[in-house]
Amino acid sequence: MERPAWAPRSIDISVPSVSRIYDYYLGGSHNFEVDREAARRAMEFMPGLPKIMQANRAFMRRAVRFAAAEGITQFLDIGSGIPTFGNVHEVAQAADPEARVVYVDHDPVAVAHSQAVLEGNERADVVAADLRKPHEILASPQVERLIDLNRPVALLMVAILHFVEEADDPYGAVAELRDALAPGSLLVLTHASYEGMPLPAERTGGAVGVYKDIRNPLIMRSREEIARFFEGYDMVEPGLVSMPRWRPDTAPEEEDPWAFSGYAGVGRTA
Amino acid sequence: MSAEPDGPEDRLRRFATIWSRAVFPATSTSLTRPELEERLLPLARRLSEALRARAFDADEARAIGAALVDAHCTEPEALSRTLDCVDAYLVLYCGDDGPQEDLRARSSRLQHAMAAGYAQALRERTLAEQEAISAAALAAQGVVAQALHASEARFRAVFEGAAIGIGIADLEGNILQVNGALVRMFGGAEQLVRGRNVLEWTHPEDAPQVWKLYEELVRGEREHYHVEKAFYRPDGTVLWTNLTVSLLRDADGNPEYQLALMEDTTERRLLNLRLRYEATHDALTGLPNRTLFFERLEKALGAGAGQRFGLCYLDLDGFKTINDSLGHAAGDRLLVEVADRLQACATAPGEMVARLGGDEFVALTTGPDTQREVDELASRIMNALVAPISIDGRELTVRGSIGIVEGPAGERSPAEVLRSADITMYRAKSAGGNRFELADPEADARAITRHGLTTALPTALDRGEFFIEYQPLVHLGDGSVRGAEALVRWLHPQHGVLGPDRFIPLAEHTGLIVPLGRWVLEQSVRQAKDWRERHADAGPLRINVNLSPCQLTHPGLVQDTVDILERTGVDPDALCLEVTESALIGADDDLLKPLRRLAEMGVDIALDDFGTGYSNLANLRRLPVSVLKLDRSFTQSMQQFPADPVDLKIVEGIVSLAHSLNLAVTVEGVETGAQAEQLRILGCDTAQGWYYARPGPPERLHELALVDATG
Repeated sequence: MERPAWAPRSIDISVPSVSRIYDYYLGGSHNFEVDREAARRAMEFMPGLPKIMQANRAFMRRAVRFAAAEGITQFLDIGSGIPTFGNVHEVAQAADPEARVVYVDHDPVAVAHSQAVLEGNERADVVAADLRKPHEILASPQVERLIDLNRPVALLMVAILHFVEEADDPYGAVAELRDALAPGSLLVLTHASYEGMPLPAERTGGAVGVYKDIRNPLIMRSREEIARFFEGYDMVEPGLVSMPRWRPDTAPEEEDPWAFSGYAGVGRTA
Repeated sequence: MSAEPDGPEDRLRRFATIWSRAVFPATSTSLTRPELEERLLPLARRLSEALRARAFDADEARAIGAALVDAHCTEPEALSRTLDCVDAYLVLYCGDDGPQEDLRARSSRLQHAMAAGYAQALRERTLAEQEAISAAALAAQGVVAQALHASEARFRAVFEGAAIGIGIADLEGNILQVNGALVRMFGGAEQLVRGRNVLEWTHPEDAPQVWKLYEELVRGEREHYHVEKAFYRPDGTVLWTNLTVSLLRDADGNPEYQLALMEDTTERRLLNLRLRYEATHDALTGLPNRTLFFERLEKALGAGAGQRFGLCYLDLDGFKTINDSLGHAAGDRLLVEVADRLQACATAPGEMVARLGGDEFVALTTGPDTQREVDELASRIMNALVAPISIDGRELTVRGSIGIVEGPAGERSPAEVLRSADITMYRAKSAGGNRFELADPEADARAITRHGLTTALPTALDRGEFFIEYQPLVHLGDGSVRGAEALVRWLHPQHGVLGPDRFIPLAEHTGLIVPLGRWVLEQSVRQAKDWRERHADAGPLRINVNLSPCQLTHPGLVQDTVDILERTGVDPDALCLEVTESALIGADDDLLKPLRRLAEMGVDIALDDFGTGYSNLANLRRLPVSVLKLDRSFTQSMQQFPADPVDLKIVEGIVSLAHSLNLAVTVEGVETGAQAEQLRILGCDTAQGWYYARPGPPERLHELALVDATG
């Protein structure tokens, strides 16, 4: 008998989790000392990590608002992590109370917490699944219940693909999801990169080592490599850019220099 | 909100802008700075009012501090920057024209209370979030545990419920876990199985490779193996299994455990053994049957150089009589007793006894020394049969004839050996039975012919391979032909013409003599009719036909004879039936009755081969006989002149006795004229022999008769 793919042998909170580290960067307390310890070690090499995460969240809010303005009412957020202020359903349902959101994560703690947060929200739910097995996401009862794949969907993969190694075929997974989407759907994506960082890679690379140590390798990709995830999509203006430059609400010049690390973009299926 | 330039509202907003600019870099919110400013503006207003209120309201200040936390300014740096900002700008932008000193004092107190409120709220939020994430971890753990439990429970159910025996042992062979099926296979006591070591489970019937495969597996050189293996159960009985053992490796691929799956094949094996036993053993006696015997014989004959075999082929003497007189049930009981006795004769390794069928048994001995052993074996068998067997209160004496074949392995086929033994056994039987004979190639060759003739007899009659020759019977007084003796011949497709001595005993043995005899009688009677019609002038010609002892006892004799005579239309006096003297020795009235009936009808009865059977001469009176045929041994001495005077006296005496009893005398084997003359002088009535004519076709007799008639 096969163990469900998402179910680890046990929940070991002595092992750091990327979603709880992310929460810590965002000023949350949904984390344990092991997470904070790992976060602090990574920050020794990339002191601006909280700013990068903040920029991610800000980009995501703008992108969700953009999608809502485009008339999209269905959101599939893969790698949603620990819910915190400015979640997709808050932003989307603020724009359209009828908006439907499905969160996906493979971290059982993140999933359990999401369930607690979403309790009572009829139009939002969470799936315990793994991006590496897209069919399990698409075939989940939550997706079945809330998302009509015949209509456009905003597919969010914010700060997630840099945790999928080549061996697990991230491009294949992204393509499989794309093929399931109706025309007019949007891919909202951010990805870590050495490009745009205020410090050279030889100074910041230690952070990658930290993620490797916690068995959640961080894969830095080039802009070109990141652009390939949008194969089959038409890029929405302004294309694949650093996060603060994607349809900013405020002057990008005011942003912290670390916020310009990595890339963000939105694509639309033909 | 519109505000007069530099009016209180405008000043309030400027304060909020400064505040947001100061705090924003210290937040981790996803709000933009203008959005943050919008959230700080109401707080700025409340601060402004608290500054100017008549009384100091610490709660309001604490609430404002707490609201900062709600705006996701959770970094303590945000508080520090907030307090800096309040300290520097609150009185300046929101103090109006109040007494500066009081305002500054109020601002300080507000800051203290704000800090306290902020700290309180942050502490509560932190605790709440810690509690939430702990609860989530716990919930997740529960979900995972439940999934694992369900999965494990299903595994456990499969493990426990499997009909197949499952066991897990470490690489040292220590048995760690077994399921119910396996425990049941071993007799039901789990403590007798778990905790034991696989290496203790040896069994004498383990195939040589079993433990070699095991060693390869635990060394990690083999992933699994499959064998048929026996185990001792704790109670000493044997468990047979189809055993599959697999190697279980850990996550890094190192050998960790061994997994055994076993299927109980004991019953199936017993059934197979029983079926095999039934297929290879005789149901009546329990002895090995022909199939098993042939397997063993084949093995013995295929053994290597220096190996020999000895075979005793036993056939009980007169078993048919016992069966016929006492019934088959008694016969069966006799066979069982014989089988038991034989079994006891062949108990050494390499020896076996089998029942081939009916009352035929074989005993086989193998090894290098069978030349001596086989004689001893035969002697033991003969001795075993000496004691009478008690059946239904009768003491039956059983005798047997044994044919022995002994020789080196590798020369003959089982069929050849058995045929030789069969032939030799018949030789022992022919020699009187109750003895054993050793096979000898010449005797075999003869017997093989006899055997072939026996099997060819029945079809020979159907195919018309028999024919009859006639030897004239001549009246010694006038030399006239008075009749002829019918002599049957077999024109065998391979062996040519065969005389009655070659096949009549075989026909007697197989019972074919009855139909054959009837055929001869019919042919002969027809011939007699033919002669009588053709040679009415030559006097009443008579035909002599031999009756074998078997025919004599056949219940249809009289009726068959009457039928043939009537059907042919011949008077009974045209027929003379010849019966050997030996067949009538000690004959009782029952045996004589059919002969009397025939004699009364007018059929002559001749006593053949007279003088060889030590007849009780006084008994002659009792017999319904009208002719004596003197055996040729009496006439042989008369071939020379002068004849032996003693023989002459004997013949003279017999003739005199015969004539006094009203019996005619016929002599056989007359070969010379002197003999014929002598016999005529002695008073013999008729004669036959080469002097007159050899047996020949009926036409020859016709010619002789003509010659006689004209001469």
